[in-house]
Amino acid sequence: MSNEVVLSVKNLSVVFHTPDGDVAAVSNVSFDLHSGETLGIVGESGSGKSVTASSIMRLNNSITATTTGSILISGVDILTADESEVRRIRGSEVAMIFQDPLSALNPYYTVGKQIAEAYLVHHPQVSKTDARAVTLEMLKKVGIPNPEKRIDEFPHQFSGGMRQRIVIAIALINNPKVLIADEPTTALDVTVQAQILDLMKDLQAEFNMAIVLITHDLGVIAEAAKEVLVMYGGRVVEQSTVDALFSEPTHPYAWGLLGAVNSLSSSGRGALATIAGSPPSLIALPRGCSFNPRCTFASEICRSEVPVLRTVGTQGSVAACHLPDNEILTIGREVASR
Amino acid sequence: MSTDIALQAIDLVKHFATGSTGILGRATNIVQAVDGVSFSLPKGKTLGIVGESGCGKSTLARLVTRLIEPSSGSVVLDGVDITKLSGKALREMRRKLQIIFQDPYSSLNPRHSIGQIIGDPMRIQGIVSRTNEKAEVQDLMQRVGLNPEHYNRYPHEFSGGQRQRIGIARALSLQPSVIVADEPVSALDVSIQAQILNLLENLQKDLGLSFVFIAHDLSVVRHIADQVAVMYLGRIVEVGDAATVYSNPAHPYTKALLSAVPVANPSMRGSGKRIRLVGDVPSPIDPPSGCRFRTRCWKATNLCSSVEPPLQADGAGRVVACHFPEETPVSVG
Repeated sequence: MSNEVVLSVKNLSVVFHTPDGDVAAVSNVSFDLHSGETLGIVGESGSGKSVTASSIMRLNNSITATTTGSILISGVDILTADESEVRRIRGSEVAMIFQDPLSALNPYYTVGKQIAEAYLVHHPQVSKTDARAVTLEMLKKVGIPNPEKRIDEFPHQFSGGMRQRIVIAIALINNPKVLIADEPTTALDVTVQAQILDLMKDLQAEFNMAIVLITHDLGVIAEAAKEVLVMYGGRVVEQSTVDALFSEPTHPYAWGLLGAVNSLSSSGRGALATIAGSPPSLIALPRGCSFNPRCTFASEICRSEVPVLRTVGTQGSVAACHLPDNEILTIGREVASR
Repeated sequence: MSTDIALQAIDLVKHFATGSTGILGRATNIVQAVDGVSFSLPKGKTLGIVGESGCGKSTLARLVTRLIEPSSGSVVLDGVDITKLSGKALREMRRKLQIIFQDPYSSLNPRHSIGQIIGDPMRIQGIVSRTNEKAEVQDLMQRVGLNPEHYNRYPHEFSGGQRQRIGIARALSLQPSVIVADEPVSALDVSIQAQILNLLENLQKDLGLSFVFIAHDLSVVRHIADQVAVMYLGRIVEVGDAATVYSNPAHPYTKALLSAVPVANPSMRGSGKRIRLVGDVPSPIDPPSGCRFRTRCWKATNLCSSVEPPLQADGAGRVVACHFPEETPVSVG
């Protein structure tokens, strides 16, 4: 299995211009993604995870939003590429699946037509009959029962889980190198969620594609990802492997998240661990570290200086926190063992 | 015995007519949303109801609060069948039985200030006089963790978690004995979820409230509920105290549901055997004959398709509707 870097994001920042002021949705996000691997992005609403995803597809409106930095997909910077190049990259190199499979599909066209359309856009020389054959093959791969009949049905005739399979079929029909999955299972029931996560894993192994998996659910991250970015207030506050995140988390926000999840999944009754307050407004981020108003460890420096990402501990984790290393590691391990 | 029961549902049925109605006005399709559900909720306790979408849990919430009328069956609150009440008695009942909704955005009137949202029900029900209203509302706001100075603000000025607190304060304003919470935390972020769950538990302790807590998130229900009922296609398939249901599920569906929950801890992965259900929940318009779960069950036999298993206690003290309930672990200490 080759291990080339297929997606490289450097210093990505996105600012939306609104009547109420500029919204710093994403600030200075960088990461590399290798083929065949899954990067999880986790964070609360407003943390910038979905905007990061839509930037990779260059879906942000260029008038209302300013996007800076670079996003290299197989060596091409999609942020500066011309429109025809972007059209080629979308679908064939990077594809995206969304949270709500019903609104991602056109209710007026059969699913077969929608999948074939995605294929024909990138293979204009192929006949419709051949495209239909490719579509049928794809429907089988994503586990639609009785595909010969269902290829001619409309989205409303499918259940939520089956619709998400159709959306995955559209995304993968051109064999992209990178799949961006923005909350792909959030709208689904747990038993169906488990099916879709399994399907994504199987297809990833088959096509050797890289996946960016965006979710707010740490359980999904633990199951499906290898590396994780934890985002807060538009910034990456921790980047680590999944195993390190759950054994030695290195940022107070990650401690809070893990604490909330762990105390919920344990059978004990007692009060749940919480993070006080609520996520910050992106129009007026707090000075210094954006987590400082909710952080129990915050000191003077946290309120004045934005911490930079640095390596903490032995597992290669990177964290943006002013606390000294040894303190981070002691508290992190304690939180993880609770 | 009946004095210890806060709320009881007896054989509740709700069928919705859908599809084109024929020339005589007869509906062509009947959705069996809730089909014979019974439970009893002891005073001061929490009954959790879990199930996937379409299993009828929200319809059940609306039935027991009488927001919709049942096709048959009854709901008993403090010894009175509330499905037969009308007029003044119905109004009195509404005071005792309140509901908290899932979506903190659509469940608050955007044109009413917080003071109105919490204060109106109190005044209409005659719990406070106009002169005391503001003080009472501010007291409630304090109790649910809102700043009382925000009395004149409007819903859009609050975050999702704060709005859910407003919804809780509104439910509490009538001093109810039973609160039905329909997915109260599923629209909230994890860190906020924990805040709201803690708040609900503290309120229960302080005020002696009884909760019917409906959620699809199994870990949330496990945390908050004393008793858990698992629903599938309009029926309860298993009910029992939370610890037993989670550690020792009797119904194959319960077992599959529990094993599908992603574990947020890589070191605990692979500790339990994964059960993958195939397919989707069948349509409640035409549910399978016999046991409704049989089309997705790995244990189903001919018996399951012909005879509907009754909800009854098995040998191990679990209440389950299955012909072949899961074994209890032999080495229970």
